[in-house]
Amino acid sequence: MAAMNVRTQARLWYFQRVSAMVLALFVAVHIGIVVYAVRGGLSGAEILARTHGSIAFAFFYGVFVLACAVHVPIGLLRIAQEWLRWRGPSAVAAALAFAVLLAVMGLRAVYGVVA
Amino acid sequence: MMRRNDVRARNHPAYWAFLVHRLSGLALALFLPVHFWALGQAIAGEQALDGFLRFADRPLFKFAEWGLVVLLSLHLMGGLRLLVIEFAPWTHLRKDWLAVGLGVGACTGLAFLLALLR
Repeated sequence: MAAMNVRTQARLWYFQRVSAMVLALFVAVHIGIVVYAVRGGLSGAEILARTHGSIAFAFFYGVFVLACAVHVPIGLLRIAQEWLRWRGPSAVAAALAFAVLLAVMGLRAVYGVVA
Repeated sequence: MMRRNDVRARNHPAYWAFLVHRLSGLALALFLPVHFWALGQAIAGEQALDGFLRFADRPLFKFAEWGLVVLLSLHLMGGLRLLVIEFAPWTHLRKDWLAVGLGVGACTGLAFLLALLR
């Protein structure tokens, strides 16, 4: 991470770890839900019957999406730096754009199944 | 200059753990936008969502879903291992954690497979 100052690197590391702690809990629950939901095949009616109007579902998956939007781009930035030698402001801008993409698409999906 | 690992480092179980964690993370990162797009079909109504689910109801997609669930569980266990290494005072269980992670991944894969068959 040559092009990035130490403070930013430390901050990214911190965000990555804190989001990981949150995600650990959410992913464990999500895997349980996935295995439960997939029994007997998936149907739109079956999914929406569970999610439609559910505040708990909206809250759980809303927070889940936001934690992903923090966690995933930092990991991708690392991979870009180490494997593609892609560093500097353009890599950071691409990671930020991916964060926004995940947050918008993810919250849109949550809205889609809850509203 | 970035240092490169030699063969000895790459033969260490921790290197394989790193590789699994990175590749699973990469695959999951690329899958997420597709996942969100697919669920976003629900905005257009139940029929649109059903249309996609029917399209995805074929062996190749089921295999991919199974693979993603296994990767998610491996990434979860690999991440917990890193958090333990960085934040917890415990030692001596780092290699055990690799074995437990593999075991949890295998169990998750079997559970998903069983659920698919029901």
